This record gives sequence, structure tokens and C-alpha cells, in this order.
Amino acid sequence: MATTASHSVLPLIEVKGLNHYYGPPPGGHLVLEDVNLTLNQNEVVGLLGRSGSGKSTLLRSIAGLIHPREGTVERVASEDCPDPSVSMVFQTFALFPWLTVQQNVELGLEAQKVPAPERRARALAAIDLIGLDGFESAYPKELSGGMRQRVGLARALVVNPSLLLMDEPFSALDVLTAETLRTDLLDLWSEGRMPIKSILIVTHNIEEAVQMCDRILVFSSNPGRVVAEIKVDIPRPRDRLDPPFRALVDEIYARMMARPVPSQHAPNGVQPGTGIAMVLPHVSTNTLAGLIEEVDGTPFNGRASMAELADSLQLEVDELFPMAETLQLLRFAELRGAELVLTPAARRYAQAEVDARKGMFGDALLAHVPLAQHIRRVLDERASHRAPARRFRDELEDHMSEDFAEETLSTVTNWGRYAEIFTYHEDDDQFSLDDPQ
Amino acid sequence: MPTSDALSGRIGQAMGPIRALPAFSRMLRLTRPSREDALAFAILAALALLVFRGAEGAVQPLSSLHLEPVTLDPWQLPYYALRTVLRMFAALFASTLFTLVVATLAARSRAAGQIIVPALDILQSVPILGFLTFTVTFFMNLFPGNVLGVELASVFAIFTSQAWNMAFSFYQSLRSLPGDLEEACQGFALSPVRRFLRLDLPYATPALVWNAMMSMSGGWFFVVASEAITVGNTTVTLPGIGSYLAMAIAHENFHAVGWAVGMMAVVIVAYDQLFFRPIVAWADRFRFEQTAGGERPASWVYDLLRRTRLLPVLFRPFGAVGTLLLALEPRYRPARSRKPHAPNPRFERIRQVAIWAAVLAAVVWTGHYILASLGLLEIGTALGLAMLTMIRVVVLIALASLIWVPLGVAIGLRPRLAEAVQPIAQFLAAFPANVLFPFAVIAIVHWHLTPDIWLSPLMILGTQWYILFNVIAGASAIPNDLREVAGMFGLKGWQWWRQVALPGIFPYYITGALTASGGSWNASIVAEAVSWGDRHLEAHGLGAYIASATTSGNYPQVALGIGVMSLFVLGFNRLVWRPLYAFGERRLSLS
Repeated sequence: MATTASHSVLPLIEVKGLNHYYGPPPGGHLVLEDVNLTLNQNEVVGLLGRSGSGKSTLLRSIAGLIHPREGTVERVASEDCPDPSVSMVFQTFALFPWLTVQQNVELGLEAQKVPAPERRARALAAIDLIGLDGFESAYPKELSGGMRQRVGLARALVVNPSLLLMDEPFSALDVLTAETLRTDLLDLWSEGRMPIKSILIVTHNIEEAVQMCDRILVFSSNPGRVVAEIKVDIPRPRDRLDPPFRALVDEIYARMMARPVPSQHAPNGVQPGTGIAMVLPHVSTNTLAGLIEEVDGTPFNGRASMAELADSLQLEVDELFPMAETLQLLRFAELRGAELVLTPAARRYAQAEVDARKGMFGDALLAHVPLAQHIRRVLDERASHRAPARRFRDELEDHMSEDFAEETLSTVTNWGRYAEIFTYHEDDDQFSLDDPQ
Repeated sequence: MPTSDALSGRIGQAMGPIRALPAFSRMLRLTRPSREDALAFAILAALALLVFRGAEGAVQPLSSLHLEPVTLDPWQLPYYALRTVLRMFAALFASTLFTLVVATLAARSRAAGQIIVPALDILQSVPILGFLTFTVTFFMNLFPGNVLGVELASVFAIFTSQAWNMAFSFYQSLRSLPGDLEEACQGFALSPVRRFLRLDLPYATPALVWNAMMSMSGGWFFVVASEAITVGNTTVTLPGIGSYLAMAIAHENFHAVGWAVGMMAVVIVAYDQLFFRPIVAWADRFRFEQTAGGERPASWVYDLLRRTRLLPVLFRPFGAVGTLLLALEPRYRPARSRKPHAPNPRFERIRQVAIWAAVLAAVVWTGHYILASLGLLEIGTALGLAMLTMIRVVVLIALASLIWVPLGVAIGLRPRLAEAVQPIAQFLAAFPANVLFPFAVIAIVHWHLTPDIWLSPLMILGTQWYILFNVIAGASAIPNDLREVAGMFGLKGWQWWRQVALPGIFPYYITGALTASGGSWNASIVAEAVSWGDRHLEAHGLGAYIASATTSGNYPQVALGIGVMSLFVLGFNRLVWRPLYAFGERRLSLS
């Protein structure tokens, strides 16, 4: 169905000028900015982006679960699809623990008041299709993760949706299970055995996107925007080790790393916001040290492609990107295309002893992280060398949402503690100089 | 016939030693009602008979109470117990209905929630005994000259001790529904009714059942107070354990008190085994967990009913109610992205103003009523008495903690012992401590003790168990690795308490102490003024103040007493327990 490339393009869903904010109107934190996209019939589209990029929000807007503040989501009626409908598969499966597999699958039909005998027949057919026969009377807690997601899939398919929405459907599963489920789903899709016209899948796994999709929309975060649209023309079934597959994965890595540069303070524009308004992601100093050592070590020798790094460290984009960006922020690394290149400072760091490392990290922190500079300056200026954390939290909240402020402050606290440039006391919520002289 | 042989072999294995069953008798076994069927049928039939027998008495003319006054004949006790239990279950039924309607309303409608939630929070912690005075007259006028009116007044009194915490728990469950399930319901466009039956109700059931059990225990405390009702100059005594006990106390009859206490114990065990255990076992399926594990609650009655064909019959009425509700369901409308209609800001403001105006008016009116009839001095007196009662509560909680924390930790760290002690502690918490008050009176009179000091322990008699079983639960939740580390370094004495035991049980202890302190305030109304025959003992305190105002029918004083006590209880919760609880959650939680 999807493999036959030569057919006319029939739009199914049209999203126009979508803007969405968190928080009460007017104002709030912008999560989606001017999103426009069209989903056509007979295609699998991937929304690729990092967590917090608003891709789940977009998915929920299309599902009708969220009402975007501005813009429209239109379901386009056509001849072979007079009343387009959607149905969703959840990352967390969203199964009712007190209903059996069959009752879970029948839920949507029940809401549509489908008569019991028909309901039963359709549910059994869906259960059969998805490879769950024999488990009809089981409760979700008796099933493995993979089987639960199959129930989620059957439940979504049984109502005959035109568009299947999938919200990171495989990310809660282990690698092997996820692979099996993906393959099974792709088989059903290619053989045209599912009653759906299109699939929209949200993911932060680049390889998953390349393996499954005909078209990938790359999302930037903060606010969420479509920054690139990538067509995947590799014939199915796709092999991960195929050179064109690898090349495309590398290209997407490069695209996701390189982003428009809005400011002069952060030369590569890696962090949204500048100055102290920069959001600092949760990255532990141990992880950073580990990453530096890994790239400094033998196979890479100070220069590693992101895709290979992700592979060898078994990391998701979501985990690897913040690390790479933090290294870049601290001038421990540069990003060249899809490659991470350590700076001479980082290579010295890799060889240094614990105390020397702390010193180098502290210097980098004070030189390149405005918030760390700011906190240190305030502490230095005060006679008591103490300052309430509340104050910095308030300052941050002027620039970002409460959650981001909390995350940023906790990150900078960890870094500052490691570098011994300041410390924090949970009991009275105060920063102080670690060793006041 | 290899298949049937294999089958009979399997059946044989399940039943013990293998024996071959002839095919015919096996068929007979399948069609004939099993022994379990007979047993379950007998139990159910007996229960039904008892309900009818008890209900008969509740609709007699009022004069019948004088024809057959309550006697101290122990042979009448089972009948009295029946009447009391029926009252309690009627109240429980009413509480459940109230919960389903009011809590759902509060969770679904923001406007309703704004009023209902604080109201429930306050009602949870105010002395309910004080309300009795106001409600009796109302119900008696509903059915003049019939026992039913008095019965309803008594049921209502028990209801007021059960409903609030059930409703509050249900509300909290509805507010903490798992987001993905809510989205699934929304995505499949489940109607509100269907959503309620599929998601809200099942999800909230385990917590509701647990709170119903706690409520039932709390209700006993009020049974004693609510069955002998005084209206003006006449006292109506409903047949029941409560009035039997009251009479035994008035006649200084030790044997009768003993009979009543024994009967209560039997009744508590009976409804626990026949009613609550099966329900807890059944409700376990609604616990929100995706993984199987942990011990499932067991109940022999539930197992019995499950093995028979009676369970579906029992549930049919509830199913019918569900079907009936679904008949009211609107037509199916698929989920579409609709703009949520924002509340009109002006209308919103008017509503807020109206609410505050109503609250203000109520405060002003009550204040005026109390001031006009009692004066400032009286308010000062009430506040002073409240301080006295508060000192009692604080000291008693401290003393109870000193005793039960070490014991609870010792028990909790020994799983086998904890398993054995936990049900006993729960039984003791369910047991109405006020039946033991007369013994205190005798002791105080005999040794010429000061009532101001020696009546105080009565307040915590019934509520101290909450501290005990929460501490036990906390101690058994201390992770094994932490205990192993403590053992490895040989931590002992105060260091062990300071760094292992106390932080480990802290959040649990706070929960227990909060419940115990609230309960003690309530209990002060019955514990600060106690009698045995014609000997009356009174301690100085707010509880005794409310009690004497109730007896003399001084409504302004009752209102003032309740108001001041509510103020103290709420203040205590907000200023002491909540911050401590938040601290425990933040710093000492083990996850």
C-alpha cells in the first residue's frame, strides 16, 4: 500500500497556523509556534524531536484531546474517506487494569454503542490481527510490556480510524520487544491489513523514524517548530546497516544539531535562551566525564559521529543531545556536522586527575555559564557569602516556565558543587561559598 | 475415551489423591448445586431474614417503644445488636450515595468543587457529636408518632460520622486519575456516565472501601450517643446496643456492660468477615497497578461466593443500576477538537463575589447570634477551655507516641509478628472506647483522683491505635538494605533511632498522629464528662463545655463550642501537621 509510490496525493488532515501555550491565557509559555502541516493518505509520517519540543502536544491537538489556542486542525473529507477519524496509541499503553484484554479493546466500540455481538466479533478480529489470540480474558497486569502495547494497538485499530496516532509507542519497551513490534506493525501496514489510511508517529529515536516513515518532520524545541521535512525514499523493508540508511541517519543527526543562531552570546545557539535565561538540561558531571573519556579513547580519538556514539553508548537522542550540547557550551567540544570533536581542553581534562578536573570544570563553568557566574558573583559580593536560592529561582522564572527554572537551578547546583565554586543547603534553601575564607 | 480420562485425572489431581470418577456421576456433580452453593445460600438467606426482622421494628408507632422498653435481659441483646447494625449499614449506604453524588460533583464542576471541598475538609475535622441536637427535631417531625423518625435521626447521626472522609477520599481519587486513561476515555469519546462507570468508579473503589471500613469503626462511637435521644423533656430510647449500654451504665450493672461489650466484639468480627473482607478482596482487582505482585487480600466468604453461581446474582442489582444509568446516556458524538468555552470573566467575578458574600454573611450572622446571646466573656471562656483541652491532646499524643512508637517499630521490624498484630490493632481501633469509660469513673471515685488529669487518658483510648498501626506499617516499609547497613556498622541506641528508625517511620507516624489528634478532640466531648450510675465526673475543657450545653439544650453555647473546636482542630492541622507532613514527604520519603 505504502510501497506503491505512484498515486495521487490525497490530504487527510490539515494543520494550519497552530500556536499553543502552557498556562492561562493571555500569556503563558509558548510550546508550539506556527505549526503547519498536511498529512496525506497512504503515508507514515514521523514527528521527530526532543522531549519537551511540543510534538506530543501537536499529536494531542490532532487527536482532539487538546484545544490549541490559535490555529486549526481540519479533517479533510474525501471520496474514499468521507468522515476521517483518529485513534491513538499511548506511550504508557493506557490500559484499564480492571478490564480484560477483550473489554479494553471493546471500549471504543462500546462508546459508539455498537451492539454487543458485532462488538465482540470486531474485537476478536482486531485481537487476532494483532497477534493476541488466546489472551482475550487476561488482565493487563498479567501481560508483558510488548503484549500490553499490542492491546493498545488493537484497541486503537478496532474503531477503524482513518489516521492512527502513535505517541512514542515503543519507547517504554526493551530494545528487542520494540523491534519485534515495529516489524510486525510495518508488515501489517505494507500488506494493507490494517483499516487505516495513514500513521502519524511521534518519536525521539532517529533510527526508528528512518525505519518506519515515508516522511519525517524534525521539530525544534522551545518553542516547538517544524524545522525540516525529510523524505525517506529508501525501499522497504529497510535494513539498518544499509549505507543509504546510515547516511540518512547521519544527515538527520546533523540537521537536528545545527539550528538557527538567534544570539551572539551563545555562538552555536545550542541552548534556547541566552545569558541567565539559558535552560540548562539535567546532565550529571559523571556523564560528561564519561562522554569525554569515551570520545577521547581509542576508537574515536577525540572525534566521533553522533550516530556511532549513540550506538556504542546505547543512548537515545534525548539523552545524547543534551550531553553534547553541554560539552559545547563549556567549550569542551565542537559540533561539526554530525560529528562531535573534543577541544584540546577536553583532551587535557580526559587525562587529568580528580582535583585538576574539578579546577578545569570550574573555570569553564565560570567562563561560559552565565548563571554560574551570576550566582558566584552574588555570593562573593555578600559579606555573609550566602544567598537564598529563592532569589535566583525568581529571576529564572522571569525568563522560563517554573519547571525549566527548577531544572536549570538544580543542574547548575550540581555543576557548582562538583566544581566546588559554590554549594547549596537544602535545609534552608540557600547558596553559599563552599569554603568561605 | 482418552480425553475424558485425562480430564477426570486432572479433576482428581485438583482434589487430592487421584481417583477415577465415572462419567455419569461427574455429570451429576456438574448439574447438582455444589456444597458451596448450599452454604452460601444458607448464609444469604439468613442475612435476608435478619434484615427483614430488624426492619420490622423500625416502622412501628412511637408508642411501641414504651410497650417494649429496652431491658437488660442478655437474651434481647442479639436483637438489639441487629437493630444497631442495620442502622449502621443504613448510614453506610447513605454515606456511599452521598459520596458518589457529592464528590463526583465536586471533582467535575469547578464551581461546585470550590464550595464542596473546603466544606468537606472542615466537616471532616469538626466535632460531629455537637450536631445531634439540631437534627433530631427535624427528623422526628418528618414522621410524627412513628419510630421511623427517631430511627432516621439516629441513622443521620451515624451518617455524619461516616460520610465526610469517604467523600473526601473519593474526591481525591477522582483528582488523581491517571492522565493517560483520562485521555483514552476522551479519545474514544466516552460519555460522562460511561466514563464514570469505566474509569472513575473502579479507580476510586479501593480507597473508598478502605475509608468505608474506617468510617464504620468511627460510627460505633456515635451509636452509643445516638440511640438514646432526648427531645425536650422526653427521652426516646431506640432498641440497640447503644441504649442497652447506656442503661447498663445508668443501672451500674457490670454484667450487662460486659454482655454489651462482648456482643459488640462479636458483631464487629461478624461484619468484618461477612461484609468488609469479601469486599476488600473483590476491590483488589481495581487497584491501579500494571504489574502483578504483592499479597492479595484473602477472604473465605469471597472465595466461597466465587465458587458458587451466586456472585453474579448478588451483583445483578448493581449491574442493573449501571444499565439504567447508561440508558440516560446521550447519543454518541465523536471526539473533535472544540474550543473550550472560556468562562465569562464578569460572570466568574460575580460568582466569586457571591460565594464570599455568602461566607461573610454566615460568619457575621453566627457571630451576631453568639454575641447577642452569650457575650464576649463567654467566647473568652470557650477559648480558655479549648486551651485546656489542647494541652490534654498534645500531652496525650506525646505520651502515646512514647509508648507506641518503640513498640510499633519493634513489631514492624518483625514481619511475622506485624502480620499477627496488625488486625488486632485495627480491631482495637474499631472498638468504641467509650464503653470502657465507666471503669475509669469507678477508679477515679475509688481513689479520689482529680478528674482534670485522670479523665484525660480516655480521650486517646480509642484513637491511639492509629499511631500504633501506622508506625507498624512504616517500620515494615523500611528497606532491608538500610537495615543491613545499620547492622553492618553496628548502629545502636539513639543513633539508630535518629538515623534509621525515626526518619523511616516519620511520614507514617505523622499520618497516624494527625488522625489520632483529630479523633481525640472529637472524643473529648464524651471523655471530659463521664458518668456511672448517678456519679458524674467532669474535667474542665471544651469537650465538657459542649457536652453540658448539649444536655441543657443551650444552642448558642453548642454552636460556640463547635465553632471554637473546629477552629482549633483546623488550626492544628494547618499549622502543625500539614507542614510536618510536607517536610516528611520532601526530605524523608524513601523513593
